[in-house]
Amino acid sequence: MPTTYLEAIREGLWEEMERDPNVFLIGEDIGVYGGAFKVTAGFLEKFGERRVVDTPISESAIVGASIGAGLMGLRPVAEMQFSDFITCGFDQIVNFAAKCRYRWNAAVPIVVRAPSGGGIHGGPYHSQNPEMWFVRTPGLKVVAPATAYDAKGLIKSAIRDNDPVLFFEHKGLYRRIKEDLPQEDYTVPLGKAKVVRAGSDLSIITYGAMVWVALDAAEQLAAEGVDCEVLDLRTLAPLDRDAVCETARKTSKVLLLHEDTQTGGLAGELAATLTERVWEYLDGPIVRVTAPDTPVPFSPPLEEAFLPNAEKVVAKARWLHRY
Amino acid sequence: MSAAELITPHATGIAGEQAALAHRCLYYMSLMREVEDRIERKLYRQGKIIGGVYVGRGQEAIPVGTSLLAEPEDVMLPSHRDMAVFFVRGVPPSRIFAQYMGRVGGLTRGRDGNMHMGDMNLRIVSIISAMAACVPVAAGAALALKYQGTRGVAFCYFGDGATSRGDWHEGLNLASVLKLPVVFICNNNQYAYSTPVSKQMACRDVADRGPAYGIPSEIVDGNDVLAVHEAGRRAVAHARAGEGPYLLECKTFRMTGHSAHDAADYVPKDLWDQWRKLDPITRLETRMIENGWTTQAECEAAHARILREVDEAVEWAEKSPYPDAVTLLDDVYEQS
Repeated sequence: MPTTYLEAIREGLWEEMERDPNVFLIGEDIGVYGGAFKVTAGFLEKFGERRVVDTPISESAIVGASIGAGLMGLRPVAEMQFSDFITCGFDQIVNFAAKCRYRWNAAVPIVVRAPSGGGIHGGPYHSQNPEMWFVRTPGLKVVAPATAYDAKGLIKSAIRDNDPVLFFEHKGLYRRIKEDLPQEDYTVPLGKAKVVRAGSDLSIITYGAMVWVALDAAEQLAAEGVDCEVLDLRTLAPLDRDAVCETARKTSKVLLLHEDTQTGGLAGELAATLTERVWEYLDGPIVRVTAPDTPVPFSPPLEEAFLPNAEKVVAKARWLHRY
Repeated sequence: MSAAELITPHATGIAGEQAALAHRCLYYMSLMREVEDRIERKLYRQGKIIGGVYVGRGQEAIPVGTSLLAEPEDVMLPSHRDMAVFFVRGVPPSRIFAQYMGRVGGLTRGRDGNMHMGDMNLRIVSIISAMAACVPVAAGAALALKYQGTRGVAFCYFGDGATSRGDWHEGLNLASVLKLPVVFICNNNQYAYSTPVSKQMACRDVADRGPAYGIPSEIVDGNDVLAVHEAGRRAVAHARAGEGPYLLECKTFRMTGHSAHDAADYVPKDLWDQWRKLDPITRLETRMIENGWTTQAECEAAHARILREVDEAVEWAEKSPYPDAVTLLDDVYEQS
């Protein structure tokens, strides 16, 4: 039976908790209620209060306590109810967790799960993509899976990793996508991008929910005779720059796509990397399709205009292909 | 053999135990005073210290009186004015001098300076520069101690200023709700940088804040090391018994500026005069001599030994190399 993206994360957490008694969950409404999105439904009954810790509304304390427990050798998985509220735990993440190993050689093996992204009419406080605040902080690992397979494999790798990992799971994908997963235990390595559609004319480099937008656009472009390659970054920090350069060398034309807003978004960093490393391979300007620099609006016509979609990608890709 | 081990108390029995404790307290307080004086008043002025200097002069009774209660499994989260916690846990002064000088021999190998250091092998969590950020972390360390089925306690240190931050309140609340074994130890030294307690909070005592979170709270004379130790014993027993956190407010005074560059002109002169008379080291020495636990001559001999220990530590630190710039990129992540 196909497994949803949400179910895949849930299975990954469940199996890691069965495998390693040091893994525990901490967050708001995750126990009795099973989490705002029901990712952890049934965990309290199975693993008990010791390993499924419901907390007061205190994001900073949730992250801080996770760090304290992580320093002591446990492997906490903290849940932010919405990634938008991760700002309340920001100092603990960027000023303490990120710097422990570098400063004083202390491992902080924690995972902070953060449901992110728009397209669900959540408005300015329940739709953001705050990954870049963390991508630009040395010492943190940042993951943003697009598929059920990767979501399960990456949450397992994140839990087993000895550095702090931020796990951005896209709310819009939770129940929308599904696929058959292997029966046996598997992981997906952190720091490795994946070509999810091979092509020769143009590369679309993206991550998270936008992988599906890219694939949709690639199908439409294929009908016009434009053969797109789609690279799913999967991990945003550390960034798989080799894979980024490889696809650019192959197709010579690059379109960068993300749901996050434009200024300071990952596309800027990718463009700089491509310019530095593979400039002579490029046959056209590096182009971006991103959300504009506004808060995420609420009302459907506004949100639709805000979010990148296949139509916007196709238009930009056509222009680049003709260049 | 360390100076502490060289000291032999005169009395035996319960009085002997008190005397032995007093000797240990005197040693660690005097060592902290001497190391900090050396850093702030000599090495800093000689340009041998890199960056800022933050000392706990006048507050030595608090880290000493409390950390002597810690068991090996307990976790310590000292603030920047609690240097003695490091000594009690076995960090030699030489490594702290090296830390202040940016040398490889420091606890952070030159990655961070002054008191911003820790060592999980000794169960000392590094100081976090943002005040009170250590409070939720202490709750998490205590959660781990409980999770691991131990009777360990987290010792969480901070100043009066830290109690204004949200992290302090979130951390105390979480620790109390989850009934975690944390002893919260406040050094209320009357000033956060230049800001007096009266501008930090509208209640009179930090201890007033504990009951709001269902946490038993106690005020103690922070310049009386044996009183701190006694109150600390109650606090630790409470936490170790699984009764949840305990808040200990130690009233003291910061007998220095916020840092070595701060002349602290904002402190009224009579406050300095009042608190100078309450110096915790002088008070303990006087009491020990009165009780016949030591003599003036023995105190002087012990102090001379500490001076030699400190001289040797400085010498060691100055020989420790600076980090090689080729290591700049190491340890951002675990090396695979």
